[in-house]
Amino acid sequence: MTATLDSMTLVPQPQRVEERSRKRGGNIVPNVLAVIVFLISTFPVYWMVLTSFRRGVDIQRPTPQFVPSPGTLQNYRKVFNRDFFWTAVQNSLTVTLSVLALALLLAFLAAVAVSRFRFRGRKAFIIMILLVQMVPAEALIISLFRILDGWQLVNTILGLTLTYLAFVLPFTIWTLRGFVANVPKELEEASMMDGSTRLRAFMTITLPLVAPGLVATGVFAFIQAWNEFIFALVIMNKPDKQTLPVWLQAFNEGAKGTDWGGVMAGSTLMAIPVVIFFLLVQRRLASGLTAGAVKG
Amino acid sequence: MKSSLTMEQIEGIDVRRRRPRPLPYLLLLPALLALVLMLGFPLIRLVTLSLQDFGLKQQFGAPAEWVGLKNFREILSDDQFWQVLRRTIVFCAVNVMLTMVLGLAIAMLLNRLGKWMRLLTMTGLMLAWSMPALTATVIWQWIFDTQYGIANWLFGRQGQSWLSNPLTFYFVATIIVVWMGIPFVAFTLYAGLTQIPSETMEAASIDGATPWQRFLDIVVPSLKPILLILTSLSVLWDFRVFTQIYVLQSAGGINRDTNLLGVYAYRTSIGSSHFDRGAAIAIVMVLITVLLTLVYLRSMVRQEEL
Repeated sequence: MTATLDSMTLVPQPQRVEERSRKRGGNIVPNVLAVIVFLISTFPVYWMVLTSFRRGVDIQRPTPQFVPSPGTLQNYRKVFNRDFFWTAVQNSLTVTLSVLALALLLAFLAAVAVSRFRFRGRKAFIIMILLVQMVPAEALIISLFRILDGWQLVNTILGLTLTYLAFVLPFTIWTLRGFVANVPKELEEASMMDGSTRLRAFMTITLPLVAPGLVATGVFAFIQAWNEFIFALVIMNKPDKQTLPVWLQAFNEGAKGTDWGGVMAGSTLMAIPVVIFFLLVQRRLASGLTAGAVKG
Repeated sequence: MKSSLTMEQIEGIDVRRRRPRPLPYLLLLPALLALVLMLGFPLIRLVTLSLQDFGLKQQFGAPAEWVGLKNFREILSDDQFWQVLRRTIVFCAVNVMLTMVLGLAIAMLLNRLGKWMRLLTMTGLMLAWSMPALTATVIWQWIFDTQYGIANWLFGRQGQSWLSNPLTFYFVATIIVVWMGIPFVAFTLYAGLTQIPSETMEAASIDGATPWQRFLDIVVPSLKPILLILTSLSVLWDFRVFTQIYVLQSAGGINRDTNLLGVYAYRTSIGSSHFDRGAAIAIVMVLITVLLTLVYLRSMVRQEEL
C-alpha cells in the first residue's frame, strides 16, 4: 500500500479510464447523480455572480429568478465607490505579494537544504515542518496579537506579512522539497564534471526544472494570504488598514441583509483572482496537501 | 582512508569533505528564523499568558502577575467552556462524517461516469473548492437570508430566521463546511480509486461478489491509507473552524449559544480582553490538536520515509 499515495499524483492511466467509461458510461443513474452534484457545487457561485448583476427590485422578488435577466453594473459601481475599498485592495495586494516573494525565497532555500544535503537535525526539521502545520492559527492569534502589539506592529503591513509568512512556510517548504528532490542530482553532478561550479550547475539545471513547483507553491501562498481572515481581522483593525476579506465582512455586517447586490459584487471581486489561480494549479496542490507525496 | 567513509557521505553530493558543512544550515536559517519568531515565540507566549493574570489593565501596561494554573481551574470549572467543547466535538464529528461519506460516494460516482460527465462534475467540484471561506460563507448566508433567501422559498417557509436558532444555525454552518470540504476528499479518493486494477473488480464480480461485497472487500481496504489521512486532516480542519461560525454569528446574533472553541477563545481574549483565560482555552485547543495530529502523523509516517 505504500505506493498508493505516491502514485496518486500520477494522472490515472488514460487507457484504463477510457475502457472503463465505455463500459459504464451509458448508465442513467450515475449521470443524473452527477448532474445533481454539479448543480449543488456550482449553484452558490452562480447565484453570487447573478445577484451581483441584479437590481435591488429583482433581488427582492418573492419568487427567485434563476436565469439571468437584463442586469446592472450598479452594484459594482457601489463597491468601487465605497469607503476604503481601494485601500483594502491595495493592502491585500501588498501583503499578498510580499508574502509570496518572501515565502518562495525562504522556502526554496530550505527545500534545497533538506533535499540536497544530509546533515544533523535534518529529520528533526522535517518533522517540525509537518507538526507546525497543525498548530491552529485560531489559538495562536491571542498571543501573537499581544506580541505584535508590543512590537508596535499592529495595523502594519509588515506585521501581517510576517505572520502570514510563518503560516505558509511549512507547507511551501514541504511541497518544494518534493519538487527539488525530484530533480536527479546526477544532472547537476554531470554539469559539474563538465567544469561548471555548483552554483552554476544549480542555476542552469535544477532551477528551471523546479520552476513549475515554484509557480504552484507561489500560487498556494498567494491564495492563502489573499483569503486569510482571522489574523487580518485581529491585526488590521483600523478601517484604512483592512484587507479585502475584512473589508468585505465589515460591509456584509453593516448591510445587515439589505444590500445583497453590493455584498455579492464585493464577494465576486474578491473570489475572481483566487478562482483563476486555483484552477491553474489545483492538481499540484491536491497532491501536496495529502503527502507532499513525492519522495525526498 | 576510503573505507572510513560512511554511506551517507558517499551518497551525498560532496564526497570531498567530511567535516559538518555550514551550507545547509545557512540555507535553513532564514526560514527557521521566521518560524521561530512568528510561531515558536507566540506559542511560548501563549503558555506564559495562560499562567498570568492578564486583562484590560495589563493590556495598558500594568505588570502581569503569575497566577499558576488559576486560569485553567477557572475555565475547567466553567460550564460554558464544557458546553462549547462538547459542541465543538459534536460539530466536528458530524461534519467529518458527512464530508467523508459524501466525498467517498462522489469519488465512486466519478469513477463510474463517462469521460465528459466526469469532466463536468469535476469542474463543478473544483469551482466549489476554489471559493475562499469568507465568500462561501457570505454566499450561503445570502441563500439562507430571512427575507429574500432562496432557501426559504425552496422550503416554503416565509421569514424563517435560520441563524437565530442554534440548531438551524449549525445546519447552515454544516452545509458550508461540508460543501467546501467535499471536493478535496472526493478528488483524492477518486485518484486512489483509479489505482485499483479493474481486473480485480471484474474477477470479484465473476466470482459472484455483490457490489456491496466488492465495496467492503476491495474498495475500502485499498483506500484505507488515504481514508485515514483524509479523515485525520478533516478532523483537524473542522475542529478549528472559525470564519464560517464568526460570520454567521455576526448575522444571527446569538453568539453565546453558537460559539465553537476557536470563536470562543477569540471572543474571550480579543473580544473582551480576558487574554489570560482566552490563552488557557487556546492551550486546551492546541493540546487536543496535538493529540489528533499524532494520529495523523502516525498514518503519514507509515506512508513514506522522511
